[in-house]
Amino acid sequence: MTRIFMKGCEAIAEAAVRAGCRFFAGYPITPQNEIPEYFARRMPEVGGVFIQGESEIASVNMVYGAASSGTRAMTSSSSCGISLKSEGISYAASARIPMVYCNVQRGGPGVGAIQPAQQDYFQATKAGGNGGFRMMVFAPSTVQEAIDLTYGAFDYADRDRNPVLILADGVIGTMMEPVSLPEMKPESEIEAIKQSKLKWACVGHELDYPNRSWIEPGHWNTADMQKANEEALKVYEAWEVNDVKVEEYMIDDAEVVLSAYGISGRIAAAAVDKLRAAGIKAGLIRPITVSPFPYSSYDKIDYKKCKGILSIEMSIPAQFAEDVKSAVKERCLVSTCLCSGGNIMSEQAVIDGVKKIMEGRV
Amino acid sequence: MNLIYTRTKTIQEDKVSGFCPGCMHSTVIKLIGEVIEELNVVDKTCCITGIGCCGLHMDYIAYDTITAPHGRACAVATGIKRTNPESLVFTYQGDGDLAAIGLAETLSAANRGENFTVIFVNNGIYGMTGGQMAPTTLIGMKASTAPAGRNAKEHGYPMHMCELMNVLTAPYYLVRTSCNTPANVTRTKNAIKQAFKNQLEGKGFSMVEIVTSCPTNWGMDALSALDFIQDKMLAEFPLGVIRDKSKEAD
Repeated sequence: MTRIFMKGCEAIAEAAVRAGCRFFAGYPITPQNEIPEYFARRMPEVGGVFIQGESEIASVNMVYGAASSGTRAMTSSSSCGISLKSEGISYAASARIPMVYCNVQRGGPGVGAIQPAQQDYFQATKAGGNGGFRMMVFAPSTVQEAIDLTYGAFDYADRDRNPVLILADGVIGTMMEPVSLPEMKPESEIEAIKQSKLKWACVGHELDYPNRSWIEPGHWNTADMQKANEEALKVYEAWEVNDVKVEEYMIDDAEVVLSAYGISGRIAAAAVDKLRAAGIKAGLIRPITVSPFPYSSYDKIDYKKCKGILSIEMSIPAQFAEDVKSAVKERCLVSTCLCSGGNIMSEQAVIDGVKKIMEGRV
Repeated sequence: MNLIYTRTKTIQEDKVSGFCPGCMHSTVIKLIGEVIEELNVVDKTCCITGIGCCGLHMDYIAYDTITAPHGRACAVATGIKRTNPESLVFTYQGDGDLAAIGLAETLSAANRGENFTVIFVNNGIYGMTGGQMAPTTLIGMKASTAPAGRNAKEHGYPMHMCELMNVLTAPYYLVRTSCNTPANVTRTKNAIKQAFKNQLEGKGFSMVEIVTSCPTNWGMDALSALDFIQDKMLAEFPLGVIRDKSKEAD
C-alpha cells in the first residue's frame, strides 16, 4: 500500500472525504485550521460542500442541517470552539442525527493556550452538551490511527444515529507522519448511504403525514421525552458490549501499569519499552475509545503483582484518572503524572512517575 | 354548487391548534400551506422551525420539519439546502429567534445569498416565554423584562430587519406585510408565493417579514390587537416591498 507523508489535521479531513463525508462547515481556530482549509480545497473535487460558517455555533448547526438531509457531514474545532458547538451537538444527539466532529484539543479553560493539551476529557466523555447524552469518543495516538478512526466514525454515527467525536490534540493535529489512506468509497455507495436515510431525512415527503420527517430535538410530552432518553440509553449500553477499543500492552506480568490515551498513550508506550529494557515489568492500557471506556481491561491486571497504576495525561487537574480509578476499584494505588498549559508530556516524567511507585514514594 | 374554498391538506385534520385566540401564527401557517399546495411542492418542502411559539405548528403541519436551536434556523437551512438543492426550504422564525439570538445566523445567510426563504413573524414580543422584550418591541411598550416600557436610552430602538438586510448586496427579495386586514392577508400570501417562486427559480435569498399580534402578551383582546397593529406597529414597521431584484432587472 502506498505510504504518504501527511499532517494530522489534513489526514483527518482526507479520511472523512474517503468515508463519504460530503458536507463540512467550520470556523477558524488554532490548532485545527488545516482541517477546514483542506476541506475548502478538497470538497469541490468530490462534489461536496464546504462552508466557512460565521461562528462555531453556525457551523455546527449547518452540519446538523446537512446531516438531517441524510448527507454524511462533519465539523471540527478546538476546545473553546467545541464549547460553542455543544449546542448543536446536544440537538443532534437529542434528535438522533448522525454527525462526526473533531476536537483538536488545546490548553484550557477559557481561551487557554493554543499548544497541545488534553484538557477537555470530561467535556468529551461525560457532558458534550446539556442533557446527559453520551457519544462514542475516539482518541487517536498517531496520525494513522486518526485516519482509521475518522474513516470508521461515520459508520458508527450512521448506525447509532448519534454524534461521534474524534478527540485529538494539538500534537496529533499538527504532526506529520507517513500514513496509508483507506480506499475512497465509490459515489454509488455514498449515494446508497444517503438513500438509506431518506425515510427519516428532512428532504420532503409525499403528503402522508404519519410518514413525514419530523426531526425533533425534544418533546412536549414528558412520556415521549423519557422514552427517547430510554431508547438512547439502550444504544449507549450496547457500546459497552460491542464497541470498546483498547490497546493492552504487556499487562499480563506487569508490576506497574501505565494508563493514558491519545498522544500521552503513545509517549507512555515508549516509556514502557524503556522501563522493560531497564528491568521494570511495566505494561500499558491505552483506551482508544475513551467512551465507551475499557473498564474490563483493568480487570486483567494481576493485582497480586501490580504495585500501582500510573495514570498519565496532559491535564491539570486530572480528568482521565477519574475513569482509571473507577476501573481499578481501589484494587491498587492509582498515581498520576500530569502536565498542562500546552506543555507536552515527557517520557522522562513518565519514567520518574513509575520509579516513584516502584520505590514506594507515593 | 361549486367548491370555492377548502382547508389546506398541509394541516392535519385531527390536530388542534395550540395558538392563543387572536394569534396570527395560525393564519400564516395556513397561507404557507396553501402556497405549498398551489405550487405543488409538498413532497419537497422542508420547514426549519425556530424556538418559541413559531414551533407550535410542528405537531399539525403535514410536511417535513426540523427544529433548529434557538436562533440557528438559517444555519440549519443552509446545511439542508446546500446538500439538497432541489428541495423547497424555508425557515419559520419569530422576532426573538431571528433578530436577537439568531442575528448573526440570519444576516450571514442573507449576506451569502442562500437560496432559501425566511418567513419572519414579527409581533414585537417574546410569546412562549411570557412577554419579554424583543428587539422589535416598540418604544414605550411594556414587557415583563421592561416593566416600565421600552425606553431608547436603556434598550435602544426597535430593530428593522428588512432595512438592515437592504444594505447587503445579495438578498433578492425583502418584503414586509401584515395579517391585520383581509387585504393584508392576501398580500402576505402573495409575498410568500413570490418568495417561494424565487427560491424554486434559484434566485437566492428572500425574506417575508409579517407584522402580527400577540394579544396574550400585549394584554389586550384580539380586536384591540388589530387596532394596535394598524396604529402603532405599522407606524414603526411600514409595509411594502423593501427590495425586489426582479424589478431592478426590468
